[in-house]
Amino acid sequence: MIEFRTVTKRFPDGTVAVDEFSLVIPARQTTVLVGSSGSGKTTLLRMINRMVDKTSGEIEIDGESIYRLNPVKLRRSIGYVMQNSGLLPHRKVIDNVATVPLLNGVSKADARQGALELLDTVGLDRSLADRYPSQLSGGQQQRVGVARGLAADPNILLMDEPFGAVDPIVRAELQQELIRIQRELGKTIVFVTHDIDEAFLLGDQVVLLEKGGRIAQEGTPAEILSKPANDFVATFIGADRGRRALSVEVVNGRNVVVDADGRPTGVLQ
Amino acid sequence: MNWVVNNFGLVWSLTLTQVALAVPPIILGFVISLPLGWVANRFRLTRGALLTISGLLYTIPSLPLFIALPAILGTGILDPVNVVVGLTIYAVALMVRQTADALASVDPDTKQAATAMGYSGWSRFWKVEFPLAGPVLLAGLRVVSVSTVSLVSIGSVIGVTSLGYLFLNGLQRDIPGEVISGIVATLVIAIVFDLILVGIGRLLMPWTRADRRLSRRRVPEVPPVVAVNA
Ligand SMILES: Nc1ncnc2c1ncn2[C@@H]1O[C@H](COP(=O)(O)OP(=O)(O)O)[C@@H](O)[C@H]1O
Ligand SMILES: [Mg+2]
Repeated sequence: MIEFRTVTKRFPDGTVAVDEFSLVIPARQTTVLVGSSGSGKTTLLRMINRMVDKTSGEIEIDGESIYRLNPVKLRRSIGYVMQNSGLLPHRKVIDNVATVPLLNGVSKADARQGALELLDTVGLDRSLADRYPSQLSGGQQQRVGVARGLAADPNILLMDEPFGAVDPIVRAELQQELIRIQRELGKTIVFVTHDIDEAFLLGDQVVLLEKGGRIAQEGTPAEILSKPANDFVATFIGADRGRRALSVEVVNGRNVVVDADGRPTGVLQ
Repeated sequence: MNWVVNNFGLVWSLTLTQVALAVPPIILGFVISLPLGWVANRFRLTRGALLTISGLLYTIPSLPLFIALPAILGTGILDPVNVVVGLTIYAVALMVRQTADALASVDPDTKQAATAMGYSGWSRFWKVEFPLAGPVLLAGLRVVSVSTVSLVSIGSVIGVTSLGYLFLNGLQRDIPGEVISGIVATLVIAIVFDLILVGIGRLLMPWTRADRRLSRRRVPEVPPVVAVNA
């Protein structure tokens, strides 16, 4: 469990990126922070592993203040996946994945073996282990990024728009893969995105953010969809445009789901 | 040509002297520039000052510098140390800016990722930033190498013997073969040094060649078949 208590982050230039933010992030579930660019998502995420230090307030993991822990040790115990994979370009795939275990003092052979198994977990062929990151496609790089995030077997996995830079088909694959991995591993995932569809797809909880990390609404996707708290939320989730107002039409004997404009979006099973 | 054949021993020994005088300034220049370039890159205030000073150093004419150094260092006029120190100053002048640029060329995302993985500041520098700055550092080092090898000859004017001696002596005694052999030997050293540096770069930075291979041979996307481990 991760808890933010009235956390504020003011950068040296005076920007208040996060203003008195409070949230409880439950363990072993996926919590998605969703909001437009500049709403403070990255800052919130990076405060959890102390890449960004809070200005005031308190952040706890399992009831213990993260400010009582050594920041480097803290980071080694938390997985982090970022948008452009952030892989070390001068290390082979296998070494990228094995780095954190090695930093944690795991033996070279064990780290390597663990890294190979993680490539399986994220659906990458082991033959890619000796490639450099630049020799992989964008989607493959993101998979390596996820494998690396999982390498130290952390309880917490932070993901900052990890699928934002890949094409829609690969993104859909990666999303399904993450759902499967989460079903197997049950990590506490904090996932940041600006894509509301991605948030509803992946999140057990969704936290909708406005500027300054102000929470517009939090709840399960169903709760938010069924009862948008205000106009901001309604606009953000597309309810105002009727995009979410689906109805069923029978076409060729099958139930086709259409949106408010009559455009088909799926088939009812 | 005759002159070269008859004096090969002299040319060879001067070549070795030239190499011995050129190597220390190249290495010292690289090592000294590393912390200076780091500071220049790290703090905006020091950047302007350091880069200006190092830029000015390079504009000091070499002959007066070589003549002034014995007085400053308390060395003998003919001491080769004068040449080594003088050339080190030029090497630093060239390398500080290059080192600052090299460190600045490292992708900020990569540095953030390294921090997120749990590298501490010091190990992040040596294990991530320094190697990734390598290609730009190497480019600077190649310039320093060529410049140093050719500048060593100027030491001959103040009496520190090197291949420059062949040039001076050949001109005085009107022996074109001697002048040309001095020039050719200097060129050969410069080329050999450059090849060595490029070789070291390939050895230490294999990933830079992986990039190039990629452009020729696209890596096939692995199908989304899932192998689940227990
Ligand atoms: N290092 C920084 N210095 C100053 N302002 C920053 C810094 N990082 C982020 N900000 C500002 O804080 C706000 C929130 O940024 P960020 O957390 O990156 O938002 P998001 O990830 O939601 O796009 C933005 O206005 C951004 O410009
Ligand atoms: Mg962001």
